[in-house]
Amino acid sequence: MPGNRTIRFAAIGILAGAFSGLFGVGGGIVMVPLLIMLGFGERRATATSLCAIVIIAAFATGLHGAYGNVRVGDAVLLMIPAVAGVGIGVAAQQRIPERAVSLLFAVLLIVVAAELIIP
Amino acid sequence: MDVVLAILLALAGGAVGGLLGVGGGILFVPALAVFLGNTQLEAEATSLLVIVPMAIIGTWRQHRHGNVDLREGATIGLLSVPGVIVGVVVANALPQRALELGFAALCLIVAVRLLRRSPAGPPSPEERPAVRGAG
Repeated sequence: MPGNRTIRFAAIGILAGAFSGLFGVGGGIVMVPLLIMLGFGERRATATSLCAIVIIAAFATGLHGAYGNVRVGDAVLLMIPAVAGVGIGVAAQQRIPERAVSLLFAVLLIVVAAELIIP
Repeated sequence: MDVVLAILLALAGGAVGGLLGVGGGILFVPALAVFLGNTQLEAEATSLLVIVPMAIIGTWRQHRHGNVDLREGATIGLLSVPGVIVGVVVANALPQRALELGFAALCLIVAVRLLRRSPAGPPSPEERPAVRGAG
């Protein structure tokens, strides 16, 4: 039923949008698992999530910009290495043990969390 | 030195999107807040601007591989607008400390999820998309 599907898309979009606006992330972390629950394969779920993030992040940036929160110079400074990183990640994909990278990244996130929690 | 570390974090943020399916946003925010002197609110807002080109590149790649129905993605994106408004308004209303603690909680949740890997199980190499859910 297409109506039903639109309602589900709306629920996913609204949740991801709120997450994105509140935390400054794309919202893929909520969208991908929800799309998989809707019956999307993992690849299609992540691809669809990315496409939605273009609109979500652009709109959230505009709105945060209206509040005067966006530091454009800093964003440009990070965009260049971030885009370069995508290329490196794709190239390294088959060569790097995913488990080790997961572990390293989890540790990095725990350090970030500790940094934020400890005043 | 701090700028170099911020750049390295952004590089890592871009790379892990492809490797782990975790978006770069979660690293862009600390790069901005810790090394570039942004407040937590500024870091979150500025991270979103960095995410835009990343998501465009990712979508373009996925589209080229035929993995994405642009209409579906755009529908979800457009329907997200009320959520984005709520999220941004709440972020601006909350004290800085609450935002920091909320973001720390998000980091810990993602860390736990990475340690346990995705509930669907790790995808096989040929199934692994080039760039997964950035942000």
